[in-house]
Amino acid sequence: MSQVPLTHILIVSAALFFIGMYGLLTRRNLITMLMSVELLLNSANINFVAFNRYLYPDRLDGVFFSLFIVAIAAAEAAVAIAIIINLYRNFKSIDVEATDEMKF
Amino acid sequence: MSASAVVFYILSLVILASALLAVTSRKIFRSAIWLLFSLTGIAGLYFWLQMEFVAAVQIVVYVGGIVVLIIFSIFLTQQSGKDLPAPVRGRAFFSILAACAGFVLTCLMLMRYAFPASAGNREGTAASVGNIGAQLLSTSEHGYVLPFEVISILLLAAMIGCIVIAMKTKPENK
Repeated sequence: MSQVPLTHILIVSAALFFIGMYGLLTRRNLITMLMSVELLLNSANINFVAFNRYLYPDRLDGVFFSLFIVAIAAAEAAVAIAIIINLYRNFKSIDVEATDEMKF
Repeated sequence: MSASAVVFYILSLVILASALLAVTSRKIFRSAIWLLFSLTGIAGLYFWLQMEFVAAVQIVVYVGGIVVLIIFSIFLTQQSGKDLPAPVRGRAFFSILAACAGFVLTCLMLMRYAFPASAGNREGTAASVGNIGAQLLSTSEHGYVLPFEVISILLLAAMIGCIVIAMKTKPENK
């Protein structure tokens, strides 16, 4: 572990973040946009764990932050999928371009 | 280059390649499976960092929970076998431009910043499950019991919200 500098791990997580951002900008399907958001949250998690491991190995704060992020991501995915299923019931499509009415 | 470094570079190659395929694949089901591989690779990265508990949580929550939820919602909402529409060309071009510019900028900043030399002489065995549990539920100065309780209320609220949102309303008023 000590042979790899911290910067390389941070570069990997930055690349993951921008891959997720590319997906969020180009995709127009709600489920695939949700997958991109999961990639973004995971890249933040990698950063927290790597900082904890490399800079403060005697403390645990990075671990707790990543655990709380995982819990919030699970709640967010569940609510998002409930919303997606409700949208599909109303519009017969989950494309963001098709869902252009708020109430009918 | 030692074996540990080789393992790290292989893991990051797997993570980045499958994440790239997950955001570019035209079939939504394959995209979900590539996301599964990417998340498993991230769990491997946590194992490599010797954070076994975080890796286990990653596998249980993401691979076992969220990806299965996503696959179920694909089955419920998508005609299987139909390709997703290709992204609009101008939008794809500017998205690639924005992502590359952001990545290059972040890398330049990372290269310029010198992180303080790792305190390797400090004791590194703090991440055991016993220590994590004790500090997560401790009420002392560095304890995390208040965020823990807040998260539990958040999960309860999300569960009730999901049931209310996805509940079928009677179609008699239409």
